[in-house]
Amino acid sequence: MSTFAPPDLSQWSCPLPLRDYPAIVMGHGGGGKLSSELIEHIFVPAFRNSALEVMGDSSVLPALAGRIAFSTDTYVVRPLFFPGGSIADLAVNGTVNDLAMSGATPLYLSAGFILEEGFPIAQLAAIANSMGAAARAAGVQIVTGDTKVVDKGHGDGCYINTAGIGFLADGIHIGPTRAQPGDVVIVSGTIGDHGMAIMSVREGLEFETILKSDSAALSGMVGSLLEFAPNIHVLRDPTRGGLATSLNEIAAQSNVGILINERSLPVLPDVQSACDLLGMDPVYVANEGKLVAIVDPSVADAVLRVMQQHEHGARAAIIGSVTSQHAGMLAAVTAIGGTRIIPLQIGEQIPRIC
Amino acid sequence: MKYLEEFRDGELAQKLAREIRQTATRTWPMMEVCGGQTHSIVRNGIDQLLDGAVEMIHGPGCPVCVTPLELIDKALAIAAQPGIIFCSFGDMLRVPGSSADLFRIKADGADVRVVYSPLDALKIARENPERQVVFFGIGFETTAPANAMAVHQAKLQNIANFSMLVSHVLVPPAIEAILNSPTCRVQAFLAAGHVCSVMGYWQYYPLVEHYKVPIVITGFEPLDLLEGIRRTVHLLEAGTPQVENAYERAVCFEGNQPAQKLLSEVFEVADRAWRGIGVIPRSGWRLSEAYRDFDAELRFDVSGITAQESPLCHSGEVLQGNLKPNQCPSFGTACTPRRPLGATMVSSEGACAAYYNYGRFVALESIH
Repeated sequence: MSTFAPPDLSQWSCPLPLRDYPAIVMGHGGGGKLSSELIEHIFVPAFRNSALEVMGDSSVLPALAGRIAFSTDTYVVRPLFFPGGSIADLAVNGTVNDLAMSGATPLYLSAGFILEEGFPIAQLAAIANSMGAAARAAGVQIVTGDTKVVDKGHGDGCYINTAGIGFLADGIHIGPTRAQPGDVVIVSGTIGDHGMAIMSVREGLEFETILKSDSAALSGMVGSLLEFAPNIHVLRDPTRGGLATSLNEIAAQSNVGILINERSLPVLPDVQSACDLLGMDPVYVANEGKLVAIVDPSVADAVLRVMQQHEHGARAAIIGSVTSQHAGMLAAVTAIGGTRIIPLQIGEQIPRIC
Repeated sequence: MKYLEEFRDGELAQKLAREIRQTATRTWPMMEVCGGQTHSIVRNGIDQLLDGAVEMIHGPGCPVCVTPLELIDKALAIAAQPGIIFCSFGDMLRVPGSSADLFRIKADGADVRVVYSPLDALKIARENPERQVVFFGIGFETTAPANAMAVHQAKLQNIANFSMLVSHVLVPPAIEAILNSPTCRVQAFLAAGHVCSVMGYWQYYPLVEHYKVPIVITGFEPLDLLEGIRRTVHLLEAGTPQVENAYERAVCFEGNQPAQKLLSEVFEVADRAWRGIGVIPRSGWRLSEAYRDFDAELRFDVSGITAQESPLCHSGEVLQGNLKPNQCPSFGTACTPRRPLGATMVSSEGACAAYYNYGRFVALESIH
């Protein structure tokens, strides 16, 4: 059995208690009094900011002088609470990170909830509070939102969509087509932590581990990196599909080859062991608080140092380089000095029988 | 981790590889039988490290790949029936049958569940007494003891709503079938270490005696594989075909006796079709008479389902090393990893899939 337990909700208290409904009912998505109560009692206190408190049909925000970055993502993780975080952290950090990977400073988020009838209000409140905390940690405001309720059995408790807007300073041109031969590939820390932490608490596969999700907002780190090296070529957060998928996509979009050295890959021993046990490869396992940077060799050491000084980058490492050979493909020098191609997977990585 | 990291040492690996390259006076074609070994060879780049000294021919030892089309079709027919909970190891879900795969059936509403052990399927059966729970029992001798145990427990505990769709296959008859092929190029075999940990390695002596090929019992970590290959190359160069055990930390001559006892009680030897190869006599197991009540094929009356392998598929010849994947007329056209015709394109480590994925590959520069 796993040592992980979901958060203790008994200590949580709503600022203005919802008296009659311990669980979500269809009416909470109906736009009437129950919907208002949910907003008033749960979302506004959790997200608290001036734009939201106006409670208009839309939030009115000041204009930005320059380019904006805009991104959206939907979160359907199971279980909702896992070691090191919850769907709430993913919903905030995931969209914040997508914005940050274009070099933008994330500013505002929207939050859309699809709740299943019967979902405990206390869990929703815990999720909202965590989202509020994650947003404050990332320096963004959740300024608009929506809630819909689906019939029991037609959802999986709670789905969240977030969309975000960020401000993009002049002179920043980060994009997946900009990797050039000679560039250096840097990853900001250990890979595969999130995916294996989720695996460790999946039904039917609980294994004892100290693994935790790495869910974190990387906008702070990106801000520091851009101060030292505004000409970063590519940034990517290797979430679903892991590092291998991100690097394959960059290789294809930039029409270059990428060669990594497996001996340099930071992988926690527990992640490696769990992967060995299940026949999985950490390069394909999801991360939620890591980024990969592709930079000119002249700034590689500086970028690495800045990452390592950041709270989420202590184990950052240079893992490889961009080459004009094998364009469109990711290859690796293996731990024993052989070479291999790391192809895109056709679907999700599945534990192997053999 | 103890007994793992030690077998991934880069310097020792280079040393072994050097010795193998220096010993080989020609390129020796040898076959690793097991899919797990194929995976490790490709994953660690061992084939590339030994280029010129050995030609690794990837054998038919991936249970997912060799499960015949007909059995996949039977699985699909059972899983699609209302009320069934169909349990399987994850990597069987994307193996195509004649018209669909288990993922597709699941998307259409079937209750298909990934389990990590057949005993999990038994637990599901215990918890859902009103529903029929079927486990897809595939694999070589390695997965067989756990599958046998699940059926044995089901009988002991009288869990009548549990059954198993069995497609077990055996390694020694497959080796013999390959050796009997008139065009066989394989000069030696790395025997699958985990199969031998269950079954022992006494069965290989008659094969070596009769066919004069070395068979070396080999493990799965990079150093295990290199050591197995090193010993095989020495035997080939010396012209002394023998059985050797290069995986002593897991394998003994007799194998796991309690497991073998259970296997002989629950299963009986039967002819089996291998995807891409055809029927090999006495090459598999089915449930024995005493456990026939738990046979899903009989319980759900799917024994009438038949399927024809595509005549366009030449994977049997590829598996024997007679045809390079890209020499097959269907390669990359009628047959791709997304729409595979045969075993060797199904698994990502299958020879055809490997060629397809890596075919555009140009030699790598090394990084320092």
